[in-house]
Amino acid sequence: MSTRKIFTRPARIAAIAPYLWMLLFFLVPFGFVLKIALSQTAIAQPPYVPLFDLAAGWESLKSALAALSTDNFKLLSSDDLYILSYARSLIVALSATAILLLIGYPVAYGMSRLPQRWQLIAMMLVIVPFWTSFLIRIYAWINILQHDGLLNKILLSLGVIDKPLVWLATDAAMYLGIVYSYFPFMILPLYATLSKMDETLLEAAADLGCSRSKAFWLVTFPLSFPGVGAGVLLCFIPIVGEFVIPDLLAGSGNLMIGQTLWLEFFTNKDWPVASAIAVVLLAVLLLPLLVYEKLQRRHLEAQR
Amino acid sequence: MSVDPLQARPLLRISSVVKRFGGFTAVDGLSLDIGAGEFFALLGPSGCGKTTLLRMLAGFEAPDAGAIHLNNEDIAHVPPHQRPVNMMFQSYALFPHLSVEGNIAFGLKRAGLPKAEIDARVADMIALVRLGGFEKRRPDQLSGGQRQRVALARSLARRPQVLLLDEPLAALDKKLREETQAELIDVQRQLGMTFVIVTHDQEEAMTLADRIGVMDKGQLVQVAPPRQLYEAPVSRWIASFVGDINLIEGQISSRDMDSVTIGTHAGETIIASQAPQSASVVCIAIRPEKIQLMHPEQGTAGSPNTFAGELIDIGFLGGVSVYKVRLTSGVVLRIASSNATRRAADGFSVGQKIDVSFAPDDIVVLDR
Repeated sequence: MSTRKIFTRPARIAAIAPYLWMLLFFLVPFGFVLKIALSQTAIAQPPYVPLFDLAAGWESLKSALAALSTDNFKLLSSDDLYILSYARSLIVALSATAILLLIGYPVAYGMSRLPQRWQLIAMMLVIVPFWTSFLIRIYAWINILQHDGLLNKILLSLGVIDKPLVWLATDAAMYLGIVYSYFPFMILPLYATLSKMDETLLEAAADLGCSRSKAFWLVTFPLSFPGVGAGVLLCFIPIVGEFVIPDLLAGSGNLMIGQTLWLEFFTNKDWPVASAIAVVLLAVLLLPLLVYEKLQRRHLEAQR
Repeated sequence: MSVDPLQARPLLRISSVVKRFGGFTAVDGLSLDIGAGEFFALLGPSGCGKTTLLRMLAGFEAPDAGAIHLNNEDIAHVPPHQRPVNMMFQSYALFPHLSVEGNIAFGLKRAGLPKAEIDARVADMIALVRLGGFEKRRPDQLSGGQRQRVALARSLARRPQVLLLDEPLAALDKKLREETQAELIDVQRQLGMTFVIVTHDQEEAMTLADRIGVMDKGQLVQVAPPRQLYEAPVSRWIASFVGDINLIEGQISSRDMDSVTIGTHAGETIIASQAPQSASVVCIAIRPEKIQLMHPEQGTAGSPNTFAGELIDIGFLGGVSVYKVRLTSGVVLRIASSNATRRAADGFSVGQKIDVSFAPDDIVVLDR
């Protein structure tokens, strides 16, 4: 009876709002994409068939539905190009996320240990690059990494190398760009968790016989798992679908799935295959989300 | 306790310890001996340095000067994880990611005890604090009182030579606090361990401790068993800090073999049984419960330490009532009287004339 009191009418409306949002801006557009993924490409405007024509009546709608097929998905599973693109995307995303975590954790930990005033400044330093357009920052990296770019000039003048090295259009450049761009997404959730850490827990650990490093591994680190999970997801998921950074910084030899999708859509004008790629990508990305969600729920239930 | 624990060698000897934070001196040249098996309370207003002192015993702060000897060994600069001392934190500081068992076993694992021994000790501790059935729960699945007991068990598990307790009961409600006080005393007696507790609650200190050290401005003002602290405070500050008390300013007019006559500034003449030798301007301290109220017609007027006045307020507190009486001189006294019968037999009412009296023995005369 008390629960009925808690969920008053405005509260119920507020609870519906996110579902409405999801319906309008996710499920409905996803329905369109799924429908296109089940269509066939055609030289037409729009470039696929069948089309649903509600005005043409029930019979035409039925025949349009019958014309939908899963051919595009079969194509995805049979052609190496797609499988390799998916695999490369996952490998790049996994490695980049691992690098981000390895660099980001110590940085976030260091930030959380700074005096309060310095924490704000450090936070600003992490966020400020965001105020410049993402594309401009990537172009700046092209400038730094190119043959006669800043990096080669500095290394030459220091005498570290005697002829310019190839930096641009390599996987290293792509990883650099990804790690650089996603750094704040890893740092911020980690920092949020670490800076909330109760200092007396570390004192308790020390009191119970832990050296500082032991206390870190036995207390701080396990308690920062929610931040690690959030940071990893915030980086991993968008990196899998990343298009701009590999396109501008990596070589053209291997494609990430975002690039393949772009090619299908804009170069091949094959909307149905591009849509099928997007649908499969979504399914692949839902998997880690579901795992995270399940872990979170178990965590919450354990707290009850 | 019948045996003075300090007659033996003190377990813990704090010598001229100083701790400064910037320009602020938190602990100012403090010395104190605590005996083995003693339950010692550090009592004082907030900011008096009692928590800083406790944190120096635990090793979280290092003294700027002075020494802390535990069993004749100077531990002042030994890091906390190498001290045979454990602390129970005010916030409990339980590890949220570990179960009740995990929390209690934490310190034992660090000590590198064999697993069987750890399991046995954890089981002992769980039995001691009566948390059977809650072993697998996490701290946020426990009530405040249960968390408090886990914290106690965790800090006792390593069998420290000294257990430090930082306001351990502050987060509990009154009833639970009283029950837990009794449990703490039980546990301390059972284990015979030395407990040092920090509290700002004087009733708690009185209930728990064998001896109380009252701190003010980084120094110990008085160290005494509870009863002595209450009945024989050494200074005006202690007298008013510990319990409720009436303070009257006066001057010694004559000294006899077994009594001292004091004229108060307001005009009363009060007989006390003793007073500090050197002082002439003094402060008379009388506990509210040591003053009797009488109807004027009971005819005690004229006998020593009996004064006429008017009852100006009655405060009913349940077990006791607090009366305020304004003497003819203008001095206002608070008098506490237990409500021994259901109906107020005396029938005092506000505004009536009333006599107050107290025995010379019940007065403490303090140096100004």
